[in-house]
Amino acid sequence: MDTFLPLLTIFMLAVFVGVEIITKVPPLLHTPLMSGSNAVSGITIIGALLSVAAGGTLPTILGFLALVLATINVVGGFLVTHRMVAMFRKKD
Amino acid sequence: MLSVFIDFTYLLASVLFIFGIKGLTHPRTAVRGNLLGATGMLLAVVATLADRQVFGAGAQGLGLILAGVLLGATIGATLALKIQMTAMPQMVALLNAFGGGASALIAGAVLADAADPATQTVVATVASGIIGSVTFWGSLVAFDKLQGLMLPDNPVHFPAQQALNVILAVVAVGLGAWIVSDPSQLTSYGLLIVVGSVLGVLLTIPIGGADMPVAIALLNSYSGLAAASTGFVLNNNILIITGSLVGASGLILTQIMCKAMNRSLMNVLLGAIGPDSGPVQDADEVYAGRVKSTSPEEVAMLLDGARRVVIVPGYGMAVAQAQHQVRDLANLLEEQGTEVEFAIHPVAGRMPGHMNVLLAEANVDYDKLREMDDINPSFEQTDVTVIIGANDIVNPVARTDPSSPIAGMPILDVDKSRTVVVIKRSLSPGFAGIPNPLFAADNTVMLFADGKKAVLDLITAIKDG
Repeated sequence: MDTFLPLLTIFMLAVFVGVEIITKVPPLLHTPLMSGSNAVSGITIIGALLSVAAGGTLPTILGFLALVLATINVVGGFLVTHRMVAMFRKKD
Repeated sequence: MLSVFIDFTYLLASVLFIFGIKGLTHPRTAVRGNLLGATGMLLAVVATLADRQVFGAGAQGLGLILAGVLLGATIGATLALKIQMTAMPQMVALLNAFGGGASALIAGAVLADAADPATQTVVATVASGIIGSVTFWGSLVAFDKLQGLMLPDNPVHFPAQQALNVILAVVAVGLGAWIVSDPSQLTSYGLLIVVGSVLGVLLTIPIGGADMPVAIALLNSYSGLAAASTGFVLNNNILIITGSLVGASGLILTQIMCKAMNRSLMNVLLGAIGPDSGPVQDADEVYAGRVKSTSPEEVAMLLDGARRVVIVPGYGMAVAQAQHQVRDLANLLEEQGTEVEFAIHPVAGRMPGHMNVLLAEANVDYDKLREMDDINPSFEQTDVTVIIGANDIVNPVARTDPSSPIAGMPILDVDKSRTVVVIKRSLSPGFAGIPNPLFAADNTVMLFADGKKAVLDLITAIKDG
Protein backbone atom coordinates (compact mmCIF):
# COMPACT_ATOMS: atom_id res chain seq x y z
CA MET A 1 0.00 0.00 0.00
CA ASP A 2 2.88 2.38 0.73
CA THR A 3 3.84 2.53 -2.96
CA PHE A 4 0.29 2.86 -4.26
CA LEU A 5 -0.35 6.53 -3.51
CA PRO A 6 2.90 7.85 -5.03
CA LEU A 7 2.20 5.78 -8.15
CA LEU A 8 -1.39 7.02 -8.34
CA THR A 9 -0.11 10.60 -7.96
CA ILE A 10 2.23 10.11 -10.90
CA PHE A 11 -0.60 8.54 -12.92
CA MET A 12 -2.98 11.43 -12.32
CA LEU A 13 -0.38 14.11 -13.09
CA ALA A 14 0.66 12.31 -16.28
CA VAL A 15 -2.98 12.17 -17.42
CA PHE A 16 -3.20 15.96 -17.03
CA VAL A 17 0.06 16.47 -18.94
CA GLY A 18 -1.26 14.13 -21.65
CA VAL A 19 -4.55 16.00 -22.00
CA GLU A 20 -2.74 19.36 -22.16
CA ILE A 21 -0.35 18.32 -24.93
CA ILE A 22 -2.66 16.13 -26.97
CA THR A 23 -5.51 18.62 -27.30
CA LYS A 24 -2.94 20.77 -29.16
CA VAL A 25 -2.27 18.12 -31.81
CA PRO A 26 -4.09 19.22 -35.00
CA PRO A 27 -6.45 16.78 -36.82
CA LEU A 28 -3.90 16.90 -39.65
CA LEU A 29 -1.59 14.72 -37.53
CA HIS A 30 -4.10 12.50 -35.74
CA THR A 31 -3.05 9.33 -37.56
CA PRO A 32 0.68 9.79 -36.77
CA LEU A 33 -0.38 10.63 -33.20
CA MET A 34 -2.08 7.23 -32.91
CA SER A 35 0.80 5.25 -34.38
CA GLY A 36 3.35 7.34 -32.45
CA SER A 37 1.55 6.85 -29.16
CA ASN A 38 1.40 3.14 -29.93
CA ALA A 39 5.16 3.13 -30.38
CA VAL A 40 5.63 4.90 -27.07
CA SER A 41 3.26 2.52 -25.29
CA GLY A 42 5.65 -0.22 -26.45
CA ILE A 43 7.51 0.84 -23.28
CA THR A 44 6.02 -2.39 -21.88
CA ILE A 45 9.13 -3.83 -23.56
CA ILE A 46 11.04 -3.14 -20.34
CA GLY A 47 8.53 -5.17 -18.35
CA ALA A 48 8.93 -7.96 -20.90
CA LEU A 49 12.73 -7.86 -20.57
CA LEU A 50 12.47 -8.22 -16.79
CA SER A 51 10.02 -11.12 -17.12
CA VAL A 52 12.17 -13.06 -19.58
CA ALA A 53 15.12 -12.67 -17.25
CA ALA A 54 13.14 -13.67 -14.16
CA GLY A 55 13.71 -17.39 -14.66
CA GLY A 56 11.03 -20.07 -14.22
CA THR A 57 9.47 -21.67 -17.27
CA LEU A 58 6.05 -20.00 -17.34
CA PRO A 59 7.22 -16.42 -16.66
CA THR A 60 9.94 -16.85 -19.29
CA ILE A 61 7.50 -18.07 -21.96
CA LEU A 62 4.95 -15.32 -21.22
CA GLY A 63 7.73 -12.75 -21.02
CA PHE A 64 9.18 -13.89 -24.36
CA LEU A 65 5.81 -13.57 -26.13
CA ALA A 66 5.33 -10.13 -24.56
CA LEU A 67 8.85 -9.15 -25.66
CA VAL A 68 8.07 -10.02 -29.30
CA LEU A 69 4.75 -8.11 -29.26
CA ALA A 70 6.21 -5.06 -27.51
CA THR A 71 9.20 -4.94 -29.88
CA ILE A 72 6.82 -5.04 -32.88
CA ASN A 73 5.04 -2.05 -31.34
CA VAL A 74 8.23 -0.11 -30.72
CA VAL A 75 9.98 -0.77 -34.05
CA GLY A 76 6.83 -0.86 -36.20
CA GLY A 77 5.28 2.13 -34.44
CA PHE A 78 8.25 4.50 -34.66
CA LEU A 79 9.10 3.48 -38.24
CA VAL A 80 5.59 3.84 -39.62
CA THR A 81 5.16 7.15 -37.80
CA HIS A 82 8.41 8.36 -39.34
CA ARG A 83 7.18 7.32 -42.79
CA MET A 84 4.02 9.34 -42.27
CA VAL A 85 5.36 12.52 -40.68
CA ALA A 86 8.14 12.71 -43.27
CA MET A 87 5.43 13.04 -45.94
CA PHE A 88 3.88 16.19 -44.50
CA ARG A 89 5.56 19.10 -46.18
CA LYS A 90 4.98 22.47 -47.71
CA LYS A 91 5.62 23.13 -51.33
CA ASP A 92 8.14 25.90 -51.87
CA MET B 1 23.82 3.22 -7.22
CA LEU B 2 22.90 1.22 -10.30
CA SER B 3 19.20 1.46 -9.54
CA VAL B 4 19.49 5.23 -9.17
CA PHE B 5 21.13 5.36 -12.60
CA ILE B 6 18.35 3.24 -14.08
CA ASP B 7 15.58 5.32 -12.49
CA PHE B 8 17.24 8.51 -13.67
CA THR B 9 17.41 7.17 -17.22
CA TYR B 10 13.72 6.23 -17.03
CA LEU B 11 12.95 9.80 -15.96
CA LEU B 12 14.94 11.15 -18.90
CA ALA B 13 13.11 8.77 -21.26
CA SER B 14 9.72 9.92 -19.90
CA VAL B 15 10.68 13.54 -20.57
CA LEU B 16 11.74 12.62 -24.12
CA PHE B 17 8.38 10.86 -24.70
CA ILE B 18 6.52 14.00 -23.61
CA PHE B 19 8.65 16.21 -25.87
CA GLY B 20 8.20 13.65 -28.63
CA ILE B 21 4.41 13.82 -28.51
CA LYS B 22 4.63 17.61 -28.19
CA GLY B 23 6.54 17.59 -31.48
CA LEU B 24 3.45 16.11 -33.13
CA THR B 25 1.57 19.37 -32.57
CA HIS B 26 3.04 20.77 -35.80
CA PRO B 27 4.06 19.09 -39.07
CA ARG B 28 7.32 21.06 -39.04
CA THR B 29 8.44 19.54 -35.73
CA ALA B 30 6.80 16.12 -36.13
CA VAL B 31 9.82 14.26 -37.56
CA ARG B 32 12.06 15.52 -34.77
CA GLY B 33 9.41 14.68 -32.17
CA ASN B 34 9.16 11.11 -33.36
CA LEU B 35 12.96 10.76 -33.25
CA LEU B 36 13.02 12.13 -29.69
CA GLY B 37 10.47 9.49 -28.70
CA ALA B 38 12.53 6.75 -30.33
CA THR B 39 15.66 7.98 -28.51
CA GLY B 40 13.78 7.86 -25.21
CA MET B 41 12.78 4.28 -25.94
CA LEU B 42 16.36 3.27 -26.76
CA LEU B 43 17.61 4.81 -23.50
CA ALA B 44 14.92 3.03 -21.48
CA VAL B 45 15.78 -0.34 -23.07
CA VAL B 46 19.54 0.10 -22.54
CA ALA B 47 18.96 1.08 -18.90
CA THR B 48 16.82 -2.02 -18.39
CA LEU B 49 19.51 -4.24 -19.90
CA ALA B 50 21.88 -2.88 -17.27
CA ASP B 51 19.49 -4.05 -14.53
CA ARG B 52 21.05 -6.76 -12.43
CA GLN B 53 18.15 -9.12 -13.04
CA VAL B 54 18.50 -8.81 -16.82
CA PHE B 55 22.28 -8.46 -17.04
CA GLY B 56 22.75 -11.46 -14.75
CA ALA B 57 20.17 -13.61 -16.53
CA GLY B 58 22.80 -15.94 -17.94
CA ALA B 59 23.43 -17.07 -21.49
CA GLN B 60 20.01 -18.63 -21.92
CA GLY B 61 18.09 -15.59 -20.73
CA LEU B 62 20.18 -13.19 -22.79
CA GLY B 63 19.85 -15.46 -25.83
CA LEU B 64 16.06 -15.43 -25.48
CA ILE B 65 16.08 -11.64 -25.15
CA LEU B 66 18.18 -11.28 -28.29
CA ALA B 67 15.93 -13.72 -30.19
CA GLY B 68 12.73 -11.97 -29.05
CA VAL B 69 14.02 -8.52 -29.95
CA LEU B 70 15.28 -9.67 -33.37
CA LEU B 71 12.00 -11.44 -34.15
CA GLY B 72 9.85 -8.51 -33.02
CA ALA B 73 12.06 -5.95 -34.80
CA THR B 74 11.93 -7.92 -38.07
CA ILE B 75 8.14 -8.26 -37.96
CA GLY B 76 7.68 -4.64 -36.90
CA ALA B 77 10.02 -3.22 -39.55
CA THR B 78 8.48 -5.36 -42.30
CA LEU B 79 4.97 -4.24 -41.36
CA ALA B 80 5.95 -0.59 -41.10
CA LEU B 81 7.80 -0.46 -44.42
CA LYS B 82 5.41 -2.61 -46.47
CA ILE B 83 2.08 -1.26 -45.33
CA GLN B 84 0.23 0.95 -47.82
CA MET B 85 -0.91 4.35 -46.58
CA THR B 86 -4.51 3.43 -47.44
CA ALA B 87 -4.20 0.49 -45.00
CA MET B 88 -3.00 2.61 -42.08
CA PRO B 89 -6.17 1.98 -40.01
CA GLN B 90 -5.38 -1.75 -40.10
CA MET B 91 -1.78 -1.08 -39.03
CA VAL B 92 -2.88 1.00 -36.05
CA ALA B 93 -5.43 -1.67 -35.10
CA LEU B 94 -2.64 -4.29 -35.08
CA LEU B 95 -0.35 -2.08 -33.00
CA ASN B 96 -3.18 -1.54 -30.49
CA ALA B 97 -3.65 -5.31 -30.32
CA PHE B 98 0.04 -6.01 -29.66
CA GLY B 99 0.22 -3.31 -26.97
CA GLY B 100 -2.75 -4.80 -25.11
CA GLY B 101 -1.46 -8.36 -25.56
CA ALA B 102 2.00 -7.50 -24.22
CA SER B 103 0.51 -5.94 -21.07
CA ALA B 104 -1.70 -8.95 -20.31
CA LEU B 105 1.24 -11.35 -20.85
CA ILE B 106 3.61 -9.39 -18.60
CA ALA B 107 1.03 -9.22 -15.83
CA GLY B 108 0.61 -13.02 -16.13
CA ALA B 109 4.38 -13.54 -15.99
CA VAL B 110 4.68 -11.42 -12.83
CA LEU B 111 1.83 -13.33 -11.17
CA ALA B 112 3.44 -16.67 -12.08
CA ASP B 113 6.82 -15.53 -10.78
CA ALA B 114 5.81 -13.87 -7.51
CA ALA B 115 5.80 -16.05 -4.39
CA ASP B 116 3.62 -13.86 -2.21
CA PRO B 117 2.57 -10.74 -4.19
CA ALA B 118 1.17 -7.66 -2.46
CA THR B 119 -2.53 -6.95 -2.88
CA GLN B 120 -1.82 -3.84 -4.95
CA THR B 121 0.23 -5.92 -7.39
CA VAL B 122 -2.51 -8.52 -7.77
CA VAL B 123 -5.27 -5.97 -8.27
CA ALA B 124 -3.17 -4.24 -10.94
CA THR B 125 -2.44 -7.64 -12.51
CA VAL B 126 -6.15 -8.37 -12.77
CA ALA B 127 -6.73 -4.95 -14.36
CA SER B 128 -3.91 -5.52 -16.86
CA GLY B 129 -5.30 -8.94 -17.68
CA ILE B 130 -8.84 -7.73 -18.36
CA ILE B 131 -7.95 -4.52 -20.23
CA GLY B 132 -5.12 -6.21 -22.12
CA SER B 133 -7.17 -9.15 -23.37
CA VAL B 134 -10.15 -6.95 -24.29
CA THR B 135 -7.78 -4.67 -26.23
CA PHE B 136 -6.01 -7.57 -27.95
CA TRP B 137 -9.09 -9.35 -29.25
CA GLY B 138 -11.13 -6.18 -29.81
CA SER B 139 -8.33 -4.78 -31.96
CA LEU B 140 -7.97 -8.01 -33.92
CA VAL B 141 -11.70 -7.90 -34.70
CA ALA B 142 -11.30 -4.27 -35.82
CA PHE B 143 -8.34 -5.31 -37.98
CA ASP B 144 -10.34 -8.14 -39.50
CA LYS B 145 -13.27 -5.86 -40.33
CA LEU B 146 -11.03 -3.16 -41.85
CA GLN B 147 -9.09 -5.66 -43.92
CA GLY B 148 -12.33 -7.33 -45.02
CA LEU B 149 -11.28 -10.85 -44.00
CA MET B 150 -13.86 -13.02 -42.22
CA LEU B 151 -16.20 -10.66 -40.41
CA PRO B 152 -18.63 -8.33 -42.18
CA ASP B 153 -17.80 -4.62 -42.20
CA ASN B 154 -21.28 -3.75 -40.99
CA PRO B 155 -22.48 -4.15 -37.39
CA VAL B 156 -23.22 -7.68 -36.15
CA HIS B 157 -26.18 -7.91 -33.78
CA PHE B 158 -27.76 -10.85 -32.00
CA PRO B 159 -30.43 -11.16 -29.29
CA ALA B 160 -29.45 -10.41 -25.68
CA GLN B 161 -26.06 -9.06 -26.83
CA GLN B 162 -25.93 -6.36 -24.15
CA ALA B 163 -27.07 -8.74 -21.41
CA LEU B 164 -24.33 -11.20 -22.37
CA ASN B 165 -21.70 -8.43 -22.25
CA VAL B 166 -22.84 -7.38 -18.79
CA ILE B 167 -22.76 -10.99 -17.56
CA LEU B 168 -19.23 -11.45 -18.95
CA ALA B 169 -18.05 -8.22 -17.30
CA VAL B 170 -19.50 -9.39 -13.96
CA VAL B 171 -17.82 -12.79 -14.36
CA ALA B 172 -14.50 -11.06 -15.11
CA VAL B 173 -14.75 -8.93 -11.96
CA GLY B 174 -15.73 -12.03 -9.93
CA LEU B 175 -12.73 -13.95 -11.25
CA GLY B 176 -10.58 -10.91 -10.44
CA ALA B 177 -11.79 -10.94 -6.84
CA TRP B 178 -11.01 -14.67 -6.63
CA ILE B 179 -7.46 -14.06 -7.88
CA VAL B 180 -6.93 -11.27 -5.35
CA SER B 181 -8.05 -13.57 -2.52
CA ASP B 182 -5.80 -16.42 -3.71
CA PRO B 183 -3.01 -15.22 -6.05
CA SER B 184 -1.46 -18.71 -6.33
CA GLN B 185 -4.37 -19.78 -8.57
CA LEU B 186 -2.83 -19.33 -12.02
CA THR B 187 -5.75 -21.17 -13.64
CA SER B 188 -8.09 -18.41 -12.59
CA TYR B 189 -5.84 -15.84 -14.36
CA GLY B 190 -6.07 -18.00 -17.48
CA LEU B 191 -9.87 -18.02 -17.15
CA LEU B 192 -9.84 -14.26 -16.69
CA ILE B 193 -7.94 -13.89 -19.97
CA VAL B 194 -10.46 -16.14 -21.75
CA VAL B 195 -13.41 -14.11 -20.44
CA GLY B 196 -11.65 -10.84 -21.35
CA SER B 197 -10.95 -12.17 -24.85
CA VAL B 198 -14.60 -13.12 -25.47
CA LEU B 199 -15.66 -9.73 -24.14
CA GLY B 200 -13.21 -7.98 -26.47
CA VAL B 201 -14.67 -9.78 -29.49
CA LEU B 202 -18.28 -9.16 -28.47
CA LEU B 203 -17.71 -5.47 -27.75
CA THR B 204 -16.21 -4.83 -31.19
CA ILE B 205 -18.37 -6.88 -33.57
CA PRO B 206 -21.37 -4.50 -33.28
CA ILE B 207 -19.18 -1.63 -34.50
CA GLY B 208 -19.20 -1.18 -38.26
CA GLY B 209 -17.53 0.70 -41.08
CA ALA B 210 -17.85 4.41 -40.53
CA ASP B 211 -17.84 4.02 -36.72
CA MET B 212 -14.37 2.49 -36.89
CA PRO B 213 -12.57 5.79 -36.13
CA VAL B 214 -14.21 5.75 -32.70
CA ALA B 215 -13.44 2.08 -32.05
CA ILE B 216 -9.78 2.47 -33.04
CA ALA B 217 -9.32 5.59 -30.93
CA LEU B 218 -10.94 3.88 -27.96
CA LEU B 219 -8.85 0.70 -28.29
CA ASN B 220 -5.79 2.97 -28.54
CA SER B 221 -6.78 4.42 -25.20
CA TYR B 222 -7.29 0.93 -23.71
CA SER B 223 -3.82 -0.18 -24.82
CA GLY B 224 -2.40 2.83 -22.96
CA LEU B 225 -4.42 2.06 -19.84
CA ALA B 226 -3.23 -1.56 -19.98
CA ALA B 227 0.38 -0.35 -20.06
CA ALA B 228 -0.28 2.03 -17.13
CA SER B 229 -1.81 -0.74 -15.06
CA THR B 230 1.19 -2.97 -15.87
CA GLY B 231 3.22 -0.09 -14.43
CA PHE B 232 1.30 -0.55 -11.16
CA VAL B 233 2.10 -4.29 -11.34
CA LEU B 234 5.83 -3.64 -11.71
CA ASN B 235 5.95 -0.51 -9.48
CA ASN B 236 7.42 1.22 -12.48
CA ASN B 237 6.98 4.97 -13.04
CA ILE B 238 7.85 5.11 -16.72
CA LEU B 239 5.14 2.60 -17.65
CA ILE B 240 2.61 4.56 -15.66
CA ILE B 241 3.59 7.91 -17.19
CA THR B 242 3.67 6.58 -20.74
CA GLY B 243 0.53 4.51 -20.36
CA SER B 244 -1.47 7.44 -19.04
CA LEU B 245 -0.20 9.67 -21.87
CA VAL B 246 -1.42 7.15 -24.43
CA GLY B 247 -4.64 6.55 -22.52
CA ALA B 248 -5.36 10.28 -22.50
CA SER B 249 -4.51 10.57 -26.18
CA GLY B 250 -6.91 7.81 -27.16
CA LEU B 251 -9.69 9.23 -25.01
CA ILE B 252 -9.35 12.71 -26.49
CA LEU B 253 -9.43 11.31 -30.03
CA THR B 254 -12.49 9.22 -29.12
CA GLN B 255 -14.23 12.33 -27.84
CA ILE B 256 -13.36 14.30 -31.00
CA MET B 257 -14.68 11.51 -33.24
CA CYS B 258 -17.95 11.19 -31.28
CA LYS B 259 -18.47 14.95 -31.44
CA ALA B 260 -17.87 14.90 -35.20
CA MET B 261 -20.74 12.41 -35.53
CA ASN B 262 -22.95 14.09 -32.90
CA ARG B 263 -23.29 10.77 -31.08
CA SER B 264 -22.58 9.67 -27.56
CA LEU B 265 -19.85 7.13 -26.94
CA MET B 266 -22.47 4.70 -25.64
CA ASN B 267 -24.49 5.06 -28.84
CA VAL B 268 -21.42 4.20 -30.95
CA LEU B 269 -20.37 1.29 -28.72
CA LEU B 270 -23.82 -0.26 -28.84
CA GLY B 271 -23.77 0.02 -32.62
CA ALA B 272 -27.09 1.86 -32.64
CA ILE B 273 -26.76 3.44 -36.09
CA GLY B 274 -27.80 1.67 -39.27
CA PRO B 275 -30.74 0.72 -41.45
CA ASP B 276 -32.78 -0.52 -38.50
CA SER B 277 -32.55 2.68 -36.50
CA GLY B 278 -35.86 4.23 -37.53
CA PRO B 279 -38.02 5.16 -40.50
CA VAL B 280 -35.80 5.85 -43.48
CA GLN B 281 -36.80 8.16 -46.27
CA ASP B 282 -37.52 6.30 -49.48
CA ALA B 283 -34.62 6.68 -51.93
CA ASP B 284 -36.91 6.87 -54.99
CA GLU B 285 -38.85 9.71 -53.43
CA VAL B 286 -35.67 11.71 -52.93
CA TYR B 287 -33.95 10.96 -56.23
CA ALA B 288 -36.75 10.34 -58.79
CA GLY B 289 -36.35 12.54 -61.86
CA ARG B 290 -34.05 15.01 -60.10
CA VAL B 291 -30.60 13.42 -60.37
CA LYS B 292 -28.52 14.84 -63.20
CA SER B 293 -25.79 12.63 -64.59
CA THR B 294 -22.85 14.36 -66.25
CA SER B 295 -19.71 13.59 -68.29
CA PRO B 296 -16.03 14.37 -67.65
CA GLU B 297 -16.14 16.89 -70.53
CA GLU B 298 -18.98 18.84 -68.95
CA VAL B 299 -17.21 18.88 -65.57
CA ALA B 300 -14.02 20.07 -67.29
CA MET B 301 -15.98 23.03 -68.68
CA LEU B 302 -17.38 23.81 -65.22
CA LEU B 303 -13.89 23.73 -63.74
CA ASP B 304 -12.49 25.84 -66.57
CA GLY B 305 -14.55 28.83 -65.53
CA ALA B 306 -14.03 28.36 -61.77
CA ARG B 307 -11.98 30.74 -59.67
CA ARG B 308 -12.20 28.65 -56.50
CA VAL B 309 -12.53 24.86 -56.29
CA VAL B 310 -12.83 22.76 -53.12
CA ILE B 311 -12.17 19.03 -53.19
CA VAL B 312 -13.88 16.84 -50.56
CA PRO B 313 -12.27 13.40 -50.16
CA GLY B 314 -14.00 10.49 -48.42
CA TYR B 315 -13.43 6.81 -47.75
CA GLY B 316 -14.19 6.13 -51.43
CA MET B 317 -10.96 7.92 -52.40
CA ALA B 318 -8.99 5.57 -50.14
CA VAL B 319 -10.75 2.51 -51.58
CA ALA B 320 -10.07 3.64 -55.16
CA GLN B 321 -6.48 4.60 -54.17
CA ALA B 322 -7.12 7.80 -56.11
CA GLN B 323 -5.09 10.25 -53.98
CA HIS B 324 -2.29 10.68 -56.54
CA GLN B 325 -4.73 11.38 -59.38
CA VAL B 326 -6.59 13.84 -57.15
CA ARG B 327 -3.29 15.63 -56.54
CA ASP B 328 -2.66 15.80 -60.31
CA LEU B 329 -6.10 17.31 -60.81
CA ALA B 330 -5.48 19.92 -58.10
CA ASN B 331 -2.07 20.83 -59.59
CA LEU B 332 -3.54 21.13 -63.08
CA LEU B 333 -6.28 23.48 -61.85
CA GLU B 334 -3.73 25.57 -59.94
CA GLU B 335 -1.60 25.90 -63.05
CA GLN B 336 -4.65 27.45 -64.70
CA GLY B 337 -4.87 30.01 -61.92
CA THR B 338 -7.69 28.38 -59.96
CA GLU B 339 -7.58 28.44 -56.16
CA VAL B 340 -7.83 24.82 -54.90
CA GLU B 341 -8.34 23.64 -51.32
CA PHE B 342 -9.26 20.35 -49.66
CA ALA B 343 -12.04 20.08 -47.07
CA ILE B 344 -11.37 17.37 -44.50
CA HIS B 345 -14.19 16.13 -42.27
CA PRO B 346 -12.94 14.74 -38.92
CA VAL B 347 -14.52 11.32 -39.52
CA ALA B 348 -13.81 11.02 -43.25
CA GLY B 349 -12.21 7.61 -43.79
CA ARG B 350 -11.73 4.86 -41.25
CA MET B 351 -9.54 6.49 -38.60
CA PRO B 352 -8.72 9.95 -37.25
CA GLY B 353 -6.59 11.82 -39.81
CA HIS B 354 -6.90 9.13 -42.51
CA MET B 355 -7.49 11.58 -45.41
CA ASN B 356 -4.66 13.89 -44.35
CA VAL B 357 -2.14 11.06 -44.45
CA LEU B 358 -3.27 9.93 -47.90
CA LEU B 359 -3.07 13.43 -49.37
CA ALA B 360 0.29 14.04 -47.68
CA GLU B 361 1.51 10.81 -49.32
CA ALA B 362 0.45 12.30 -52.66
CA ASN B 363 2.55 15.41 -51.85
CA VAL B 364 -0.33 17.79 -51.32
CA ASP B 365 0.86 20.84 -49.36
CA TYR B 366 -0.53 20.50 -45.81
CA ASP B 367 -1.62 24.14 -45.79
CA LYS B 368 -4.22 23.20 -48.41
CA LEU B 369 -5.83 20.58 -46.14
CA ARG B 370 -8.47 22.57 -44.28
CA GLU B 371 -10.50 21.47 -41.26
CA MET B 372 -14.29 21.51 -41.33
CA ASP B 373 -14.96 24.53 -39.10
CA ASP B 374 -12.26 26.43 -40.89
CA ILE B 375 -13.47 25.87 -44.45
CA ASN B 376 -17.25 25.76 -43.98
CA PRO B 377 -17.79 29.56 -44.16
CA SER B 378 -15.97 29.65 -47.52
CA PHE B 379 -18.30 27.32 -49.45
CA GLU B 380 -20.54 30.26 -50.36
CA GLN B 381 -17.63 31.77 -52.27
CA THR B 382 -16.74 28.47 -53.92
CA ASP B 383 -17.55 28.00 -57.60
CA VAL B 384 -17.21 24.23 -57.81
CA THR B 385 -16.98 21.62 -55.04
CA VAL B 386 -15.79 18.19 -56.16
CA ILE B 387 -16.76 15.31 -53.86
CA ILE B 388 -14.82 12.09 -54.24
CA GLY B 389 -16.19 9.05 -52.42
CA ALA B 390 -17.86 10.88 -49.52
CA ASN B 391 -21.54 10.64 -48.63
CA ASP B 392 -22.87 10.97 -45.06
CA ILE B 393 -20.42 13.77 -44.16
CA VAL B 394 -21.95 16.02 -46.87
CA ASN B 395 -25.61 15.04 -46.35
CA PRO B 396 -27.64 18.22 -45.66
CA VAL B 397 -30.30 16.09 -43.95
CA ALA B 398 -28.09 16.30 -40.84
CA ARG B 399 -29.03 20.00 -40.64
CA THR B 400 -32.66 19.77 -41.70
CA ASP B 401 -34.28 16.56 -40.46
CA PRO B 402 -34.25 16.04 -36.66
CA SER B 403 -35.54 12.46 -37.05
CA SER B 404 -32.67 11.37 -39.30
CA PRO B 405 -30.06 8.95 -37.90
CA ILE B 406 -27.40 11.58 -38.63
CA ALA B 407 -29.42 14.53 -37.25
CA GLY B 408 -27.19 17.18 -35.75
CA MET B 409 -23.98 15.70 -37.10
CA PRO B 410 -21.71 18.56 -38.21
CA ILE B 411 -21.29 18.34 -41.98
CA LEU B 412 -19.32 20.08 -44.69
CA ASP B 413 -21.67 22.73 -46.13
CA VAL B 414 -20.88 21.80 -49.73
CA ASP B 415 -24.48 22.47 -50.84
CA LYS B 416 -23.81 26.19 -50.39
CA SER B 417 -21.27 26.29 -53.20
CA ARG B 418 -22.38 27.36 -56.67
CA THR B 419 -22.01 23.92 -58.27
CA VAL B 420 -21.39 20.52 -56.68
CA VAL B 421 -19.84 17.65 -58.64
CA VAL B 422 -20.21 14.25 -56.97
CA ILE B 423 -17.93 11.47 -58.19
CA LYS B 424 -19.49 8.18 -57.07
CA ARG B 425 -20.10 4.77 -58.58
CA SER B 426 -23.84 4.71 -57.89
CA LEU B 427 -26.55 6.29 -55.78
CA SER B 428 -26.01 3.64 -53.07
CA PRO B 429 -26.31 5.04 -49.54
CA GLY B 430 -23.38 5.65 -47.21
CA PHE B 431 -22.84 3.94 -43.86
CA ALA B 432 -25.89 5.61 -42.29
CA GLY B 433 -28.07 3.84 -44.89
CA ILE B 434 -30.05 6.94 -45.85
CA PRO B 435 -30.51 8.70 -49.20
CA ASN B 436 -28.65 11.98 -49.72
CA PRO B 437 -30.79 14.86 -51.07
CA LEU B 438 -27.57 16.61 -52.09
CA PHE B 439 -27.38 14.24 -55.07
CA ALA B 440 -30.77 15.49 -56.26
CA ALA B 441 -30.16 19.19 -55.56
CA ASP B 442 -30.52 21.74 -58.37
CA ASN B 443 -26.86 22.75 -58.20
CA THR B 444 -25.49 19.16 -58.10
CA VAL B 445 -24.33 17.00 -61.00
CA MET B 446 -23.32 13.34 -60.62
CA LEU B 447 -20.32 11.82 -62.36
CA PHE B 448 -20.97 8.09 -62.05
CA ALA B 449 -17.64 6.22 -62.18
CA ASP B 450 -14.84 4.67 -60.14
CA GLY B 451 -13.00 7.47 -58.30
CA LYS B 452 -9.61 6.95 -59.90
CA LYS B 453 -10.94 6.53 -63.45
CA ALA B 454 -13.25 9.54 -63.13
CA VAL B 455 -10.41 11.82 -62.02
CA LEU B 456 -8.13 10.52 -64.79
CA ASP B 457 -10.86 11.17 -67.39
CA LEU B 458 -11.39 14.61 -65.91
CA ILE B 459 -7.67 15.43 -66.22
CA THR B 460 -7.68 14.31 -69.88
CA ALA B 461 -10.81 16.35 -70.57
CA ILE B 462 -9.28 19.49 -69.01
CA LYS B 463 -6.05 19.06 -70.99
CA ASP B 464 -8.00 18.56 -74.24
CA GLY B 465 -10.36 21.43 -73.48
